[in-house]
Amino acid sequence: MIWPYDFGLLLLVVITAILALNLRDLMGASIVFGTYSFLMCLLWTAMAAVDVAFTEAAVGAGVSTVFFIATAYNIKKEAKD
Amino acid sequence: MEWLQINYNYLLVIVLLMIGLWAMIGKNNLVKKCIGMCIFQNAIIMFFISMGVKAGSTIPILNYTKIDGVKTYLTEASMYANPLTQILMLTAIVVGVATLGMALTLVQKIYSEYGTCEEDEILEKLN
Amino acid sequence: MKVLSLIIALVMGALLTVILDDLPAWGDAQSPANAHVSAYYLENAYKQTHVPNVVTAVLADYRGFDTMFETGVVFVAVIGIMAILRREGVPKGAKSRKRPPHQPPDPAITGVATRFIVPFMQIFGLYVIAHGHYSPGGGFQGGVILGASVILMAMTGELKSALNRMSEDWFIIMVGLGFLIFAGVGLACMFYGGNFLDYSALAPLFSGTPQEAAITARYHAMLWVEIGVGFTVMSSMFAIYTYLASDGWMDRGL
Repeated sequence: MIWPYDFGLLLLVVITAILALNLRDLMGASIVFGTYSFLMCLLWTAMAAVDVAFTEAAVGAGVSTVFFIATAYNIKKEAKD
Repeated sequence: MEWLQINYNYLLVIVLLMIGLWAMIGKNNLVKKCIGMCIFQNAIIMFFISMGVKAGSTIPILNYTKIDGVKTYLTEASMYANPLTQILMLTAIVVGVATLGMALTLVQKIYSEYGTCEEDEILEKLN
Repeated sequence: MKVLSLIIALVMGALLTVILDDLPAWGDAQSPANAHVSAYYLENAYKQTHVPNVVTAVLADYRGFDTMFETGVVFVAVIGIMAILRREGVPKGAKSRKRPPHQPPDPAITGVATRFIVPFMQIFGLYVIAHGHYSPGGGFQGGVILGASVILMAMTGELKSALNRMSEDWFIIMVGLGFLIFAGVGLACMFYGGNFLDYSALAPLFSGTPQEAAITARYHAMLWVEIGVGFTVMSSMFAIYTYLASDGWMDRGL
């Protein structure tokens, strides 16, 4: 694994994880959670786990994000903190 | 620096575990707690996958060469990444999404009963 | 509460950092996780099943029990969501006060794009299920892609139009049907004299010498089992989406 790209990817994973938790708008938090899932999929492809990366791309960045958006649509769209 | 280079995958796992645990305990909104649960699950999956990496290995789909025109598959175990950890984590991801669906169902039901999704307001309405 | 949770998380992180010296190093090829059982699978999976994708071979054949019960977990989750959230009748005033007003989707851009994309998604999903023996893929991934194609139809059109194509009766039946296919293959192995989920007992169905027929039986039974998993996962993804998006009323979605 190429050291600078690897380090940038790891940093982005941690940043999107913290960002998804601190956004007040629940729709925005769901989209950033989809980005976090997709970055984890890239990490696992770099670690030669292609089946796991395929499943995480389909399930995490696809269906899981849609579930969060569907829930955020039906409840209040602003979180208090 | 040497310790950092040996262990940096475990350090990522520990950082993500801390973020997920802080979110599940400390956040007020129920949907943010579910996001924290997903981050925690992903960190555990990362732990297992990173333990299965071998230096200089390729994906666990067998390669073949043609020896005397006959297709033979190369089955040297150190050429391929560890498939066993990946298999266990495939099951974990699918079970995780089923659990997430269940958790979000409960959040919606709580909202339609109490009218709010914040933990402190629900505790006030219960008491 | 936030300060307390931050302290708990930091203490847990510190405790985990202390034990890092005992864990195997990054990229070690001789660690205990990489040395014993997985080396056996890598060396013998092709000889015994003729499937080059070791992950699919172990998931569907050597560890078939785990996969069967994971399909069962998805099935039980769908039944649980249906039990909690499903409601009948017309939403009355007080209970539905929190739902946002309905905006019918505009079919000009998204409808046309969906009509082009969905057939290709479904063919790709079927390809991923069928080609799981040779490329990354298999039952779960293909099933999720197929389910996502139906969710795309439901999101860009009305939920009712997607429910007309795959109605609630059908997807509840299909969720159970996948699990039944998996367990049915296992029971068929018992009828032919082997153990439950011992695919080499299906060798009388195929031609060739007994060793070759056993290998072919394992190869084909893996495909049937993956098809079962694909059925369950596809219908369960769509089921969970309709229940969550319509809050149980099943009349309109996002």
